[in-house]
Amino acid sequence: MFTVIITLAIIASVFGLVLAYSAIRFKVEGDPVVDKIDALLPQTQCGQCTYAGCRPYAEAIAKGEADINQCPPGGEATIIALADLLDVEVKPLNAEHGEVKTLPTVVRIDEQTCIGCTLCIQACPVDAILGAAKQMHTVIEAECTGCNLCIPPCPVDCIHIVEVKPTVRNWTAELPDVEFVAPVAS
Amino acid sequence: MLFKRTPSPHIKQYITVQDMMFKVLYALIPGALASIYFFGWGVLFNLCIAISVCLLTEVSILKIRQRDAISAIQDGSALITACLLALALPSLAPWWITTIASIFAIAVAKHLYGGLGFNPFNPAMVGYIVVMISFPLEMTLWTAPMGVNDGWPDFSTTFNWVFLGLLPYGESIDSISMATPIDLIKTQLNQLHDITETRNNIKYSALFSTISGTGWQWINILYLAGGIWLVKKGVADWRIPTAFLITLVLISNLFSVIDYSNNSSALFHTFSGGTMLCAFFIATDPVSASTTPRGRWIYGACIGALVYIIRNWGGYPDGIAFAVVLMNIAVPLIDYYTQPKVYGDLDR
Amino acid sequence: MKQTEEISKFDGGLTLVAYKHLSTGSTISTMEQSKTYIIPLQQHIGVISQPLVKPGDRVLKGQMLAKPGNMISAAIHSPISGVVTDIKEHDVPHISGLPDQCIFIDNDFKDEWIERKPLADNYNQSTSSSLRKIIRDAGIVGLGGAAFPSSVKQTEMNIKTLILNGVECEPYITCDDVLMRERAEEILSGADIIGHIIKARQCIIAIEDNKPEAIKAIQTAIEKDSTGFFKVQVIPTIYPSGGEKQLIKIITGKEVPKSRYPAELGVLCHNVATAYAIYRAIYFAEPLISRITTVTGHGVAQPQNIEVLIGTPMSSCIKHCGGYTDDSDELIMGGPMMGFSLNSDNIPIIKATNCLLVTAKAKNTQKQKHLPCIRCGKCVEVCPVRLLPQQLYWYASSKNIERLIEHHLFDCIECGCCAYVCPSDIPLVQYYRFAKTTIWQQERERKASDIARQRHEFHQHRLEEQKREREERLRKKREMLKNKSNEKTSDDKTSKQAAIAEAVARAQAKKAEHNKKKETENKTD
Repeated sequence: MFTVIITLAIIASVFGLVLAYSAIRFKVEGDPVVDKIDALLPQTQCGQCTYAGCRPYAEAIAKGEADINQCPPGGEATIIALADLLDVEVKPLNAEHGEVKTLPTVVRIDEQTCIGCTLCIQACPVDAILGAAKQMHTVIEAECTGCNLCIPPCPVDCIHIVEVKPTVRNWTAELPDVEFVAPVAS
Repeated sequence: MLFKRTPSPHIKQYITVQDMMFKVLYALIPGALASIYFFGWGVLFNLCIAISVCLLTEVSILKIRQRDAISAIQDGSALITACLLALALPSLAPWWITTIASIFAIAVAKHLYGGLGFNPFNPAMVGYIVVMISFPLEMTLWTAPMGVNDGWPDFSTTFNWVFLGLLPYGESIDSISMATPIDLIKTQLNQLHDITETRNNIKYSALFSTISGTGWQWINILYLAGGIWLVKKGVADWRIPTAFLITLVLISNLFSVIDYSNNSSALFHTFSGGTMLCAFFIATDPVSASTTPRGRWIYGACIGALVYIIRNWGGYPDGIAFAVVLMNIAVPLIDYYTQPKVYGDLDR
Repeated sequence: MKQTEEISKFDGGLTLVAYKHLSTGSTISTMEQSKTYIIPLQQHIGVISQPLVKPGDRVLKGQMLAKPGNMISAAIHSPISGVVTDIKEHDVPHISGLPDQCIFIDNDFKDEWIERKPLADNYNQSTSSSLRKIIRDAGIVGLGGAAFPSSVKQTEMNIKTLILNGVECEPYITCDDVLMRERAEEILSGADIIGHIIKARQCIIAIEDNKPEAIKAIQTAIEKDSTGFFKVQVIPTIYPSGGEKQLIKIITGKEVPKSRYPAELGVLCHNVATAYAIYRAIYFAEPLISRITTVTGHGVAQPQNIEVLIGTPMSSCIKHCGGYTDDSDELIMGGPMMGFSLNSDNIPIIKATNCLLVTAKAKNTQKQKHLPCIRCGKCVEVCPVRLLPQQLYWYASSKNIERLIEHHLFDCIECGCCAYVCPSDIPLVQYYRFAKTTIWQQERERKASDIARQRHEFHQHRLEEQKREREERLRKKREMLKNKSNEKTSDDKTSKQAAIAEAVARAQAKKAEHNKKKETENKTD
């Protein structure tokens, strides 16, 4: 009886030491999950997820404070990728945060109306608007992520959303109709 | 003016799923007729019950799933499941056995997994296994084949027994049923009679000196003929039956050479029981079989080995159903490891 | 028909009903010219071409309208003389049905050529690179349907065998067949030029055995040529023997290694029509402005082969061939297996248009919805690339990108053999196109999001820098102010003391003076 207790105690302490050593020796610096989550997000920096950008949202997901279905620009593909990474269930997009856009969009400044106030330049999270005080502002469409954060600050409402239409060089084919047998008319 | 657009290719080889299923039915006919000839009305009743219950179940489930039931029925897959089940079940199985097996096969093994094309297990075999495990006694109720003793009972006796559970006065079920050769060999072997002695107890038909039991021989030969026609028509893949039969023959030969008195010969195994039915109709069910060419060889061979193992050392007389379903479980693994090397893959 | 050497087979493939007789009943007919020509700026694989002309310019026949965008690109030339009226978006023959930039030219019917300086027979004295430049400047791309810029393929390294692809394995198409029948010698001259550029030792012309007249014509032309460079290889009619990789396997018995080029096996493939175009470019300095197109099918009244200028609207071509029949169904560019259907005929003929196929309504129309996959495996048996089309279908419909790549989705040549045999009528090739374009789109989005992330991080960094700098400035300023005030107070003190001292000194001086004065006054008394 006594020997049993001693033996078990020894085994437990041995394993405890091994675990303690491993925890120190193989410690992983930083929080790599956040980086992996951030790599899957679309980097629109729009804030529709209620966080200040994609990185804060990634950190919130890693902490468990946010759900994976709060990103409209990422759409279904991002939700599936996040579910895969974090081993959770795929959920549909939370409609509270917005809808998935059918076509990607960029913004365009109406040069007739722009007064050169630089408020939109300050709002753009990726510095995609070129201009200076009292100089013409213009959007570098190649860098615009479609976050639309520049539209509210504009005092003369000269920024418009423009859809980016697919071309023969970047179109995607459609998935064929998967309904195998026509459903009964209800 | 906008023209119509359809995806390429714009020409098609018109062989539909319905074509394939009906060809399987045609291939089954010779063997089924032989089965009815040798084992009587019971087989016919099985067929009727199985077909009607299977189709009814499929229509009901499809209606619950809000799919177009009538056109789904037309692809013939439920019909095939019904026929295979009916031909595998014993001829004197009561109506409720056939019914339970059919409902289970269609509702659970096929539609609960998603319907045609989605079931991982062979539906007919799942139905068979359910009744085999739950009602082992009823699953041994084959009649005496035509040409042995008095042959099979007449219409009214069979009808009364199958549908009403009634037997003629003074008869017990044992008097109208008889074990199959495989069953007999197994039970007799357990009582330490050896094979030759047992075989002599099985009456021979004058038409054909049997190696595998009256009736069973012809049935298997006709299934073989139907199966070869099916393979030639391109409906069944040739690799699975070839692998299955070669493996079965080799293994049974090996063991019967080592110890003849306790192991039946290769010919016996090949032409008795449900061997040919399995080889060409059950194992070749495309939905639950392996899909890669190399995988099909492995799949067929393993079924052959498992059938022999279960027949010889397992608890059940005929191991077809269990062997097939066990290999169905292994199919994703087989498929994963037998992908063919793509064009240009240098490791080939 | 001589079966000269042992040839191999490739896995899979199909035997199809060819319907070649529909369009080989007559010789090549020349299309009359149209009023307007619409010339897309992208008719080739690679980067879009850059226009050199603008609306209002007068252009001559054969003049370069657009230069190559980069290395993998091709020049575009005017098929007629006339005036450029516009450069704008118009429907082009593309599987997506989307429009693209096109140059519109109004024909003045004068057929005025630019000045041409042909090399003719003297090409033997030119270097490979100068010949390649002529071919590139002539805008020659692969005319078998893929439209890859030809001069880019013609490397001098290591190539021993030139294979001329006269196979034409798709049903209905006969443009290469009639070209070989009528212009065999010119094709061989073109092959000679290519052989000179790449320093090949041998040229094998592969032809399917359902083209006996073409084989005879080429044989006759070879007999006239005494160099022994050429050899005809007749191959069995199996679809898709004409695919470059499959043809190489048949002729050489070797497979092109994954992700590598045929040049590494010492072979180069060119279509016979490309060889002909190269002949015209070197001998007559003619850029690629016309091609032979088969207009065929049961939905067109007089199927035939036409020699047509690039940019001609397809409606004119159909009209030239008798117009549509009453039961015409779809207009397809290309063959029935790999061609794509078009939603209008107001679309121009481009360099890659080898066939216009008008189908007639079939008795059993293809069902719109398909049955589930029953895993029969017929598709696996016919795939010429040894893929598992079934598994690709399952993964494409469930959008499982990882598994799609594991099963080599991008090796699929979209030949359509799998969909042809599928008993469940599944449009397999459409699933693969969906999967491929989706994966490409995701890669583009990932690159874009990586750049956006960098820009955002820099944006934040910039703001922090600004903040830091501002704080630094404020801090400095504050310090400076503090120092100044300190200086001022110490100055104050000293100046105060100085003032007091001065006042004291003044007072003392005054006192001294007063005393002196008193003394002098006392003295005078």
